[in-house]
Amino acid sequence: MYELVVTLILISLGYFFGRLAEKKHYKNIIAREKVMNSLPAMASRMPPQDGDYDQMLVSGSVVIANDYFKLFVAGLRNLFGGQMSSYETLLDRARREAVLRMKDKAKALGAEAVFNVKYEASNISGQSRKKMPVIEVHAYGTALRRV
Amino acid sequence: MFISNLEFMTGKKVTKHLGLVQGSSVRAKHAGRDIMAGLKNLFGGELRGYTELLQESREQATERMIEQAKAVGANAILNVRFSTSSITAGAAEIYVYGTAVILDGLD
Repeated sequence: MYELVVTLILISLGYFFGRLAEKKHYKNIIAREKVMNSLPAMASRMPPQDGDYDQMLVSGSVVIANDYFKLFVAGLRNLFGGQMSSYETLLDRARREAVLRMKDKAKALGAEAVFNVKYEASNISGQSRKKMPVIEVHAYGTALRRV
Repeated sequence: MFISNLEFMTGKKVTKHLGLVQGSSVRAKHAGRDIMAGLKNLFGGELRGYTELLQESREQATERMIEQAKAVGANAILNVRFSTSSITAGAAEIYVYGTAVILDGLD
């Protein structure tokens, strides 16, 4: 009984705070993406051949965890299978955040564009099954600055 | 030392390939940070302590790669890749590798 109450409290706390944080984060990401649109990040491996460019490696990373509510929903989802939208938004936010951080660094260096952007996501929570997933997303690429 | 994850540098010629260079760093999470992260886990969101930890670790790995490249006499590392793997609970390995080259007209 006691455990059930604790779990329910955790789930509701996770729901309220997690939802609030997610909304706030999305708002923040969209606003920053608009500003950063002037500095495109591309997957292309061929930088422009005209003119002389300085190349610099830039990267951005973020470590994120799920909230308790999402974990609970994902647990239910595991029974029936199908789309896990609670994890999708989490990873989407992390990837966009990582790219924005990478672009921040590129901008600070005075770059015009970032080429050959690669993503890397890894679970760093270890092998224990009970633990929450803790995921690191890392984005890196080559910033080009006109000489 | 010039580092890039492209395969060439615009306007510069590769005069010599010196092979693969690499650097790695294994770091464990600090218990205090782990507790804070556990709390943060309830509400979700970013675990800033871990972000910093992995960033430091990545910098160290890059540093080691650069040292190795210097030792073989390269002045640039091209086509750099990163990889991360969690080896045991609470520790992650960051690995970075690339091709050491000598670029023409670069000091």
